[in-house]
Amino acid sequence: MDFKELLKNVLTEQFPGGKLQFSEFTDELTVTVSRDIYVEFCAFLKTDERLAFVLLEDLTAIDWATRKSRFTVVAHVFSIANSSRLKVKAPVDDKDFSIDTVTTVWQTANWHEREVFDMYGIIFKNHPDLRRMYMPEEFAYHPLRKEFPLMGIPGSLPLPKKS
Amino acid sequence: MGLEAKLKQDGYMTTTIDAIVGWARKSSVWPMPMGISCCAIEMMAVGGPKYDIARFGSEVMRFTPRQCDLMIVAGTVTYKMSKVVRMIYDQMPEPKWVIAMGACTSTGGMYRSYSVVQGIDQFLPVDIYLAGCPPRPDNLLNALMLIQEKIGKTRARDYDDIKQPEIISL
Amino acid sequence: MEKLKKEIVHPKIIQALLEQDNNLTVEDVLDNEMILNMGPQHPATHGVLRVVLRLDGETVIACVPELGYLHRGYEKMAENMGYLEYIPHTDRLDYLSPPANNVAYVLAVEKLAGIEAPKRAQYIRMIMSELARMGSHLIAIGALAMDVGALTVFLWTMREREKILNLYDVICGARFTTSYTRIGGVAQDIDSATLINIREFIDQVDENVDEIEKLLNSNRIFIERLEGVGVINAQDAIDFGLTGPSLRGSGVEFDLRRATPYMFYNEMDFKIPVYKEGDCLARYFVRADEVRESVKIVRQCLDKIPQGPVLANQPKKVMPRKVEVYTRMEELIHDFMLVNFGLNPPVGEIYHAVENSKGELGFYIVSKGEGHPWKMKIRSPSFVNLQALSKLCIGHLISDVVAIIGSLDPVMGEADK
Repeated sequence: MDFKELLKNVLTEQFPGGKLQFSEFTDELTVTVSRDIYVEFCAFLKTDERLAFVLLEDLTAIDWATRKSRFTVVAHVFSIANSSRLKVKAPVDDKDFSIDTVTTVWQTANWHEREVFDMYGIIFKNHPDLRRMYMPEEFAYHPLRKEFPLMGIPGSLPLPKKS
Repeated sequence: MGLEAKLKQDGYMTTTIDAIVGWARKSSVWPMPMGISCCAIEMMAVGGPKYDIARFGSEVMRFTPRQCDLMIVAGTVTYKMSKVVRMIYDQMPEPKWVIAMGACTSTGGMYRSYSVVQGIDQFLPVDIYLAGCPPRPDNLLNALMLIQEKIGKTRARDYDDIKQPEIISL
Repeated sequence: MEKLKKEIVHPKIIQALLEQDNNLTVEDVLDNEMILNMGPQHPATHGVLRVVLRLDGETVIACVPELGYLHRGYEKMAENMGYLEYIPHTDRLDYLSPPANNVAYVLAVEKLAGIEAPKRAQYIRMIMSELARMGSHLIAIGALAMDVGALTVFLWTMREREKILNLYDVICGARFTTSYTRIGGVAQDIDSATLINIREFIDQVDENVDEIEKLLNSNRIFIERLEGVGVINAQDAIDFGLTGPSLRGSGVEFDLRRATPYMFYNEMDFKIPVYKEGDCLARYFVRADEVRESVKIVRQCLDKIPQGPVLANQPKKVMPRKVEVYTRMEELIHDFMLVNFGLNPPVGEIYHAVENSKGELGFYIVSKGEGHPWKMKIRSPSFVNLQALSKLCIGHLISDVVAIIGSLDPVMGEADK
């Protein structure tokens, strides 16, 4: 059986009740999960022997700007045993922009989540060390949000004086 | 001219202190390689065997600012990095010169974005702006020659009222 | 040496350093231990990486890497410029292997827009990627050797790299930032004389790598400074998301050129060097072996490279050649449309990753059908690999930190983005 079919079957079997939505673009499979089972779902992906998505390649977020649920967290996971990739998407809570962390599943999520926090201001609950990744701690904005201008906000970052 | 020939001829020569000090300074410029990004690799290439900056008496790249008199700022300076660059500049002893190597150091270049300083001359006095992204090693050698020319023309009295600035912290 | 002032290190970094023992205060630590700031301007941190170390004597207890000194806002800029305009920016991501980044980016865009580059262009891209990999690994080996005290090797690898840069100069017109690929192909064809030059170059690489290895592998200081330093086992390496030589040095045979073949890598015969030890020395061996494998791949490409066009014939999506724009009406219209409105790929999102010299370089592009991406995320190998630094350093001496950073071979341009 094709691995994608197997993947769909295993996942719908494990998480019944329409909690998962599959979509496909070109040959890439995306699964959207609801926020409450996000961490559980990721843990299953990693620990299940048939799937074995052991490598978290990337974790990022998308700012949809005008949509109702504004931010979506996207994780790209890779199964070395099956040479197969999967996108996992989860919507972020609109009230306080928060979602659970997957650092407990993959350690590498630590820095990825810090980066997302820095760039989008999404708070990852239970993250061990949530602080800014790139920008200085004093910086008050989140640059990759759509309302942030490309050239930044004048005066938001200090420069040393030219004596 | 051959110093030996001159010495053999009459055993003395007349010159000004300024001229001899300027000549000594310009022939042994010690660069502080402030390598930040892509240009730093070209700066390494200048130190490498093909371009060989040693021909110009500047192979002594010192990573401590206390021993240097020329800062080559090679690479994009971000706002976060600007304090560090300024701090290192302040730690260098007078007299000192700065080369802004590459487009993004000089003007921000292709990085029109929120985190990049649009030209280091906003917080540093710059002597030479060097075009290219990154400049070819030959171009850096050209800048070095220009700076040598500039150093050769300096006089001691230019530095009469120089104060060492206070060192700012990060 | 000036004493590190408390205000130089942000309290949150200090907090991260003290994480294991929460009941300690900074004053306690400063009495009994030492907090050392390394970087961002430091000869051994390969750019502007800053590492804050907590030391007991000379042993590292905790280590916090601090990034962002070269954060140039690549992802924000990508959202504000067309797909075609972005190609030069990819040069400056991993600035030790620019053509490989170009290739990675255009492959992602081509996958999104449904363009297929001609076969000859794909072969040229493979040749360029492998040349870039050689150049990057040579610098990595040279810089690692320089970090642990062997300067000669660095000069030798620099000499080899100059030969590669000369080839770029002939092929692309630029010795360093190549911007060589185009969406749908490459900028210009390689002529047969240059192909012969490439063959001449790769014929002598093996010999030179042997020479470099002779200098290093029998050097007791070099071996002893790297052996058993910065060990990471296979499971941890995967858990930390390591890819590239850092992962293969830990005994995991994972290479995207094999796992998810792109271009014509599935037709190439090459080995994936794997070492089980997981220490700095193993990572160095992997790199040295990969240079040799790259030579093999380039040689096969040169043997197999077909004749034909180097730009896809899809005028609505691929920029026409300048000569045609100046002389023909149709091409002028297409050029005008592409420049003004951009390539408008269908609504969708793709993630495409290639095996770069540092590891997996991936581009995640979300398109809303406009001329510029709605979101672009760069999955940079250096960023992820650096994360393991805080684990690798613990328990080692401060001089080993330098060797560990050198063996991970981060490039801050792509780590900070």
